[in-house]
Amino acid sequence: MDRIPILKLGNALLVTVQVDMHDRLAKALEEDLTRKIIEANAQGVLIDISGLDIVDSFMGRMLDTIAAVARMLGAETVVVGMRPPVAITLVELGLTLASVKTALNVERGMAIIGMKVEQFRDADDRDLG
Amino acid sequence: MTKTNAASNLLRLLRDESDALLIEWLASLKAAGGTSNGRISEAELRTQCRDFLAALLGAFSSNEPTDVGAAGYSPVKEMLGDVSRSRAIQGFTPQETATFVFSLKQPLFIRMRTNARSDADALAEGIWALTEILDTLGLHVMEVYQSSREEIIRRQQEEISELSTPVVKLWQGILALPLIGTLDSTRTQVVMENLLQAIVDEEAEIAIIDITGVPTVDTLVAQHLLKTVAAARLMGADCIISGIRPQIAQTMVHLGLELNVVSKASLADALALALQRTGRMVVARTVAARA
Repeated sequence: MDRIPILKLGNALLVTVQVDMHDRLAKALEEDLTRKIIEANAQGVLIDISGLDIVDSFMGRMLDTIAAVARMLGAETVVVGMRPPVAITLVELGLTLASVKTALNVERGMAIIGMKVEQFRDADDRDLG
Repeated sequence: MTKTNAASNLLRLLRDESDALLIEWLASLKAAGGTSNGRISEAELRTQCRDFLAALLGAFSSNEPTDVGAAGYSPVKEMLGDVSRSRAIQGFTPQETATFVFSLKQPLFIRMRTNARSDADALAEGIWALTEILDTLGLHVMEVYQSSREEIIRRQQEEISELSTPVVKLWQGILALPLIGTLDSTRTQVVMENLLQAIVDEEAEIAIIDITGVPTVDTLVAQHLLKTVAAARLMGADCIISGIRPQIAQTMVHLGLELNVVSKASLADALALALQRTGRMVVARTVAARA
């Protein structure tokens, strides 16, 4: 079965969805990502869905679940590159992904995660100092 | 049997006396004000009348001369449809449009009466058959007229909604969306699509939705606004709502509506906030630098 590759980028993980997600693929991604976050001790997860044309309520919920799982493991999730039709569909479905951060492209998403990592480090320094 | 008789009488009448009929019809159309307002020339009206009579003659010589629903009448209906459509576009009133068909009754009836001489039964049959045909055709004219008008209205609505939802670039990464008029579901859809596409094109971080031109905000409009804000957020852009007028702010609070978005009273305030958020500042130059 196909799997969606997960790349490690410094403190963050980058997931680029280039194919149309079907339910099983999404489920596999959730499992892989959870494992990878722990392995890599990642602070942030970047999900690039610029290649995604079609979403359904399952996919929308999946993004929410992935974000919730990642948050539990101490990583911030940023969904980047959502296309206008996809955004409209999600809103019409009533899924506003309120718990997920969003950014226009990977660059801005990385900036958000970078900011979060810095805050984290500052807090650490304060605790130690 | 009588129906066929009536039809053949009509056929004969149309075939043999069509020239005289045309002149009388034109006269009765003119009496009803057919050309008075100058929207249609006499020559054009004459052509339309002649075409109609020719088409009607064709229908009468078909297999089912009295059944307007039959295939023989489709050229007549097509021709009438064109006339009706062009009149709807030229701005004729419904009455003027319907008169085109109904004014044919009088000259036809007069001629039938002359032809029937003293045969009252045949005359009654003929008049009834003709009335049925012309009335159905008149209804068809009105139907086409109505649907052409609706088509015009629909196109104008589309144009208005296109025109009234511009997305303006205020600064690099800052977009403004001045909304004018009431927000309904269709317009929200257009607004949303335009805004989201502009966010992608301009790589915008902040979108300011200005509702100065929205006359009333009720629960539905607020819901549409929130939908737009949510969609923009999914694309990674923050929204600021500006231009909430005092009465609207009061109404919204009384209705128990909360937008849960950053909102400012004026577009200027919103722009200042947007600049601040994107790490920019507007500073007045010193007097020395101005000189």
